[in-house]
Amino acid sequence: MYKETNSSKIVKWSLIGISVIFVVLMLLLPLITVITEAFKQGFAVYEKAVTDNYTVKAIWLTLEATALAVIINTVFGLSAAWSITKFQFKGKKILTTLIDLPVTVSPIIAGLIFLLTFGRQSPIFPLLQEWDIKIVFAVPGIVLATIFVTFPFISRELIPVLESRGNDEEEAAALMGAKGWTIFRKITFPHIKWAFLYGVVLCAARAMGEFGAVSVISGHLRGKTNTLPLHVEILFNEFQYVPAFAVASILVLLAIIILIARSLIEYNGKKKV
Amino acid sequence: MKRTNRSVIPGFGLTTGITLTILSVVVLIPLASLVVFSAQMSFDEIVATITRDRVLSSFRVSFVTAFVASLINAIMGVVLAWVLVKYTFPLKRLVDGMIELPFALPTAVAGIALTALTADTGLVGGFFAKFGIKIAFTQVGITVALVFIGIPFVVRAVQPVLEKLDPAYEEAAGVLGASRSRIFWKIVIPEIIPAALTGFGLAFGRCLGEYGSVVFIAGNKPFETEIVPLIIMSELQEYDYASATTIALVMLVASFVTLFLVNLIQTRNTKILKGGI
Repeated sequence: MYKETNSSKIVKWSLIGISVIFVVLMLLLPLITVITEAFKQGFAVYEKAVTDNYTVKAIWLTLEATALAVIINTVFGLSAAWSITKFQFKGKKILTTLIDLPVTVSPIIAGLIFLLTFGRQSPIFPLLQEWDIKIVFAVPGIVLATIFVTFPFISRELIPVLESRGNDEEEAAALMGAKGWTIFRKITFPHIKWAFLYGVVLCAARAMGEFGAVSVISGHLRGKTNTLPLHVEILFNEFQYVPAFAVASILVLLAIIILIARSLIEYNGKKKV
Repeated sequence: MKRTNRSVIPGFGLTTGITLTILSVVVLIPLASLVVFSAQMSFDEIVATITRDRVLSSFRVSFVTAFVASLINAIMGVVLAWVLVKYTFPLKRLVDGMIELPFALPTAVAGIALTALTADTGLVGGFFAKFGIKIAFTQVGITVALVFIGIPFVVRAVQPVLEKLDPAYEEAAGVLGASRSRIFWKIVIPEIIPAALTGFGLAFGRCLGEYGSVVFIAGNKPFETEIVPLIIMSELQEYDYASATTIALVMLVASFVTLFLVNLIQTRNTKILKGGI
């Protein structure tokens, strides 16, 4: 482009300076704070907090909810992407809008709607009680709320990729007599593999960290309906700062793994396309 | 749902069926229950709930902090996107990756970290406390948390537009004798404003509903640092579902209006990205 003049150099480096200061202050420093606070009283205290019975239970519940959210959203995302990109039908626009709806809803409201649907004041509550099904203040509610807040994450990654590729290859395969599953496995999936993995990573990231929605629906029963973020909240509100940050450091570790996975997937995806 | 155009590809019934079933169970029925529940209330009841002083002031706090935070994000987001697209410097990839952190880091963790950092005993808070400025447990603190949450929305909206920006226009203007600042204000800025607005809208929508990162840093003093999601939460803890639902409904309408405006801008944006206009 144009020659770098002295004044443009000043602009360049001051803009870079502002950006780096912003990133360090707003993003890096909070991350470092979690780690330093967690180890403030030495490794023994940290280890005790992380291996605490309630913490371990919270880890398992978080993993369970995350795994279920990823599985359900995978089934949904693949079905929705196939249905929306391979066929023409009325109401498609409304369908895509509805799929995107959950991300615009405040997490608190996401929790609230499940409370209203399955809670004490719901018309189906007596029915649920008769069959002894517990959803609100129990694990199923947490899972449902987690699925809700991550709902479009996988389909949203798949639909643009499938749309831009068109349907020629699938149509040819179908005309030559291939079954639906074979077409999907042999033709479609190789093209959407990276977009799919990317969606899974985003979904897992949000699912493990969801706080507001899960907080409303969980009832905060320690050792029963406490996920990792909720456990962090309880410890912090009890002024147990070191254990709170120790548990938070587990989530920081997971977040870093997710960021690395994300950039690896993005890198590989760009290379292959 | 009826197909308007028969396709040779199999699986329409199966995939559409699965899609609609899961959509109904997870999204439509629960959202409908919100509407059904609030339909049981009279209009006067709704107005009475919404116009309570404490609720009104929480709406004010929510909108003001979300607006200020999104404005800061719109400006910083454009600067960051510009730096990441136009310049090369050491550790650029790391900075680029860090932008994504607010998406990956659970909001509760961000919340307690920012609180520890900006409290009077914290590293940043201690520095400002010397000048008598309090960050944690004030509206400034809420804004800081919302800036953290919203920054990736603007950067990721502006970045692709800057990448696609054809340098030919800038070069042509340069050859014709326009100064660098003139090129920037007359050519670059008009191109990135729709993207920055989209990012602003997305960040604003997210900030309005944000709970996890704010709940710790806000201190939750009524009339001062109580945001709308906090009011809903405290109504729920008192089992006042009617009030909670009413306030939630107003919030929902506000975020849908935001989303609608964002979509309008985004449609224009995609046209630019695809080379139209």
